[in-house]
Amino acid sequence: MAEDQKKKLCRFWIWALSSVAFRLILISFPGNLNLSSRPEVSTPLTSIRRLAEGYWLKQASMSPYAGSMYHGSPLLLSILGPLTVQRIKGQPSHLLCSLVFVIADILSAMLLRGIGQKLQMAYGLNARLLGFLKSSRDKVILPCGDIAALVYLWNPFTIVSCVGLSTSPIENLAVILALCGAVTRRVPLAAFGLVIATHLSLYPATLTIPIIFLLGYGLDAPPIKLFLQTRSVEKEETSTSTVSKQAKLKQTTHLPFLWKTVAHFLFWVLLWSLYVLVLSALSLNKHGGLEEMFKRTYGFILSIEDLSPNIGVFWYFFAEVFDFFRNFFLIVFHVNILFMLLPLAIRLKHRPCFLAFIYLAISSILKSYPSVGDSALYLSLWALFVNELIDMKFSFFLFCGYLGISLLSPVMHNLWIWRGTGNANFYFGNAIGYACFQIVFVVESVSAMLNHDRALKRSNSNHREVKS
Amino acid sequence: MASLLRSLIVLLIVQSFLVAIAFGSNEVEEFSEALLLKPLPDRKVLAHFHFENRAPPSNSHGRHHHLFPKAISQLVQKFRVKEMELSFTQGRWNHEHWGGFDPLSSMNAKPVGVELWAVFDVPQSQVDTSWKNLTHALSGLFCASINFLESSTSYAAPTWGFGPNSDKLRYGSLPREAVCTENLTPWLKLLPCRDKDGISALMNRPSVYRGFYHSQRLHLSTVESGQEGLGSGIVLEQTLTVVLQPETTSVESNMHPSWSLSSLFGRKVVGRCVLAKSSNVYLQLEGLLGHELKNVDKEIEAHELWKNAEFELSLKPERVLRESSSFLFIFDIDKSSDSEPFDLGLTWKLPSKWSCQQAPLHASRFLMGSGNERGAIAILLKATESQEKLSGRDLTNGHCTIKANIFQIFPWYIKVYYHSLQIFVDQQQTTDSEVLKKINVSPSTDKVSSGMMEMMLELPCEVKSVAISIEYDKGFLHIDEYPPDANQGFDIPSALISFPNHHASLDFQEELSKSPLLSSFKEKSLVRSYTEVLLVPLTTPDFSMPYNVITITCTIFALYFGSLLNVLRRRIGEEERFLKSQGKKTGGLKQLLSRITAKIRGRPIEEQSSSESPAAQSSVLSSKLIFKIILVAGAAAAWQYFSTDK
Repeated sequence: MAEDQKKKLCRFWIWALSSVAFRLILISFPGNLNLSSRPEVSTPLTSIRRLAEGYWLKQASMSPYAGSMYHGSPLLLSILGPLTVQRIKGQPSHLLCSLVFVIADILSAMLLRGIGQKLQMAYGLNARLLGFLKSSRDKVILPCGDIAALVYLWNPFTIVSCVGLSTSPIENLAVILALCGAVTRRVPLAAFGLVIATHLSLYPATLTIPIIFLLGYGLDAPPIKLFLQTRSVEKEETSTSTVSKQAKLKQTTHLPFLWKTVAHFLFWVLLWSLYVLVLSALSLNKHGGLEEMFKRTYGFILSIEDLSPNIGVFWYFFAEVFDFFRNFFLIVFHVNILFMLLPLAIRLKHRPCFLAFIYLAISSILKSYPSVGDSALYLSLWALFVNELIDMKFSFFLFCGYLGISLLSPVMHNLWIWRGTGNANFYFGNAIGYACFQIVFVVESVSAMLNHDRALKRSNSNHREVKS
Repeated sequence: MASLLRSLIVLLIVQSFLVAIAFGSNEVEEFSEALLLKPLPDRKVLAHFHFENRAPPSNSHGRHHHLFPKAISQLVQKFRVKEMELSFTQGRWNHEHWGGFDPLSSMNAKPVGVELWAVFDVPQSQVDTSWKNLTHALSGLFCASINFLESSTSYAAPTWGFGPNSDKLRYGSLPREAVCTENLTPWLKLLPCRDKDGISALMNRPSVYRGFYHSQRLHLSTVESGQEGLGSGIVLEQTLTVVLQPETTSVESNMHPSWSLSSLFGRKVVGRCVLAKSSNVYLQLEGLLGHELKNVDKEIEAHELWKNAEFELSLKPERVLRESSSFLFIFDIDKSSDSEPFDLGLTWKLPSKWSCQQAPLHASRFLMGSGNERGAIAILLKATESQEKLSGRDLTNGHCTIKANIFQIFPWYIKVYYHSLQIFVDQQQTTDSEVLKKINVSPSTDKVSSGMMEMMLELPCEVKSVAISIEYDKGFLHIDEYPPDANQGFDIPSALISFPNHHASLDFQEELSKSPLLSSFKEKSLVRSYTEVLLVPLTTPDFSMPYNVITITCTIFALYFGSLLNVLRRRIGEEERFLKSQGKKTGGLKQLLSRITAKIRGRPIEEQSSSESPAAQSSVLSSKLIFKIILVAGAAAAWQYFSTDK
């Protein structure tokens, strides 16, 4: 048994290291790959060229946001900016940046593995508590942490966005850091990750809800009702008095919510965001300060000023829509992300990690400037739930869809932009297809998770019937 | 006859008296006209019309003008214009053959389309407003779309890269403006004789617009009087430069074609504009005669030069002036009359060859890269042959250097990466600080302002070529922002390359103030050359698609919202059970109703079991439902009431 485990572990490390080696090989000749200018990889927010331009402007004592080029965080500029100009002789120009992104990817994978191990333990524990999946079926629990880490490391999307010099590996790292902190109950770490992720790309702000659930209720578990039922079955065996049973039920219909931890978390969020704001203000104090930063980063994200093509659907919509309706549709599209937060939170509050995954997937569909780096993040988070989502429908269809889109997208882009034989509709059609596949993916994941809970309930009641 | 003369004299005296009263000073408004003709080495002929109108400083109450166009003086007074230049150009100035180092080319070689710059005499905060108003006024005055320069995306505020150093300078250009006779007519209206009399009568529209290059320019500057109570005087300089191809009849291919005014313009000068103080015709011949006539005495030249072995003029010049490499024949058109019109002609007898003096570096600009996503702009400066001969070299630290300023405007849809600026000197990449002495960049903001780049290069004199490249991304515009012919592409205005250490001047060493044309040649003017206008094709969206795109995108949103909400809401087992128990007991209509109510509530009732009858349940539900409906209707009515009230 132990030997088997060791072998598995060994295999994991081999795969992980080989993925790192693969990345290192790829970054040693990025000039030929030319990935950094692909619209799928680098958006106006994550492109390293724009970051280099921002850094150049800052060095020339201008605001880095002058000229509608750079729209990222001023902190990222201070960290990555010097690396864009430093060159090692005989090496490709952005080697140092690439190394940073590779390290970010490795860290993300390791953190994902940590999250996965926690989730796996919780899954096993819950299964045992509910009284099924006894020892004989223990083996079925897949090591979801290892799987997620490998999915993250070997996902072509991740590799492409790491080698293609977009800053999304760093954004992903911040998101995973927040989740990891929440899963391991390190409150300051969770708050730090959340604040940084929000600072970098705004959308992870939605993760506040799952992180609060994680800290308040604990890790993903089957619905509380099931526990109550099992407990009541056990109780029934011992005592037949109905009065006491009802009293018990009333006492425990709600899980204890750890208000203290959540308050602690909110306090840390406040602290970290103050810290980040002060740092940003210091780095921008000569160039318009925080107001300029919010206008040029969050304002740019929300008002969708850049209409260059990407894999989302907004660019073409706002290039075509009548100016009169522009504000209306901006509100409608952004509110669409917010609308689903509450229903999902109510329905999936017992599975906060899964909720985080769904939120990330939704925001990567409805983002103003999506890139494949966002998809890479939610796909690897999805791999954390392989045990629960094993019965997911359409998985082969979705796999083929993702594959087809990622092959067709460069072709359509080439036809339109480079050859001029196609028009914008070719590429937009592709973007629509991608959005559809992502929507089906999200919907099927939610449905599979709910079905899994149902199945648990059914098996539990069967179990009870057998018992009684 | 005598009485006529006497009355004329009296009239003149009265007139001058009136003028003196009107302006409260001894200075009077002056107008002068001149035409410079110059054969070019590539068998073309350059004709440069020059009109100068001076309004002396006057007190602010006297706004009446004798000769000076009222429209222009009102413009100057209203918008407080200190200096302004407007040019309409069609065709490209050929720097190689037509010269690049003389005052004529440095002042009259203009970029294609409309170029306007102005310096204002207003507080810094009002400069933009003044500029906007000025563009509108000029647009109306010259029947051109100069008002497009109003938007902040099309003009810039150069600091030092453009000639005059001022922080109240605004510069804009419209490369695509078509220039034609509707722009020339209002321009001619500013002349006291229009095109009815004098030299301007030569401007026969078909022959002017048949040329290879024509540029009409209007330059005005205010002259401070220095006296209290007096306003500022205005100098209005109007020039029209045309390059024409004379019709050649000679069989020999290396002979320069002979021409006359009537063959070039199809018209003759029948007399001077009576309002002009001076009206002269000049003929400038460059370089060619130097070697033959070096030893000839000056006195002999003047008399003999106009008829020699090489060429022959049809009229005898008044005077001949000589500069280092060129001769200037001066003709007075006073003597011409209806019976004896002035028709200057030049007949070549021998094939001859000469070359023009050129700017130290020849500038050209081109685009690199393919596709509609990104590209690079390259400016190439090539050393010209005449570089060795030039004076004006700057010997700093023992090195001979040429200074070159590059001024370039980028429209916002050309998103330039300034960090990608590369400079190659003699095909060797150099680090920026070696040759780049100064750079000033103001990046463009999307849909708000255009970008501007000013560079000062200091190059070694023996440089052969300098290439500057800068990368850009092409922007994607909203469909409304594309012009009607979107697929033609967008123009990037010309870059201006000027050489601050080189000044062009022609000094004919005579009569300092007599002829405004010659005195303007004598002033040192900055050597500058404009590059080509670049045409950048931008990707277009499908212009016929807005409705399709809106509907399809909204369908996707509906798919997302609907299917996700459906999955969240669904409770398979319970729903079925509920429907089954309902179906047993109630009729079709009630079942439907309860189904709807269940849907609306989103959560079917779980325990149907014993206490309540389903009928009672549904009635309770329907009362709730009715209450909800009433609530919604009330809200709607209130909304309607309040919205119509306003």
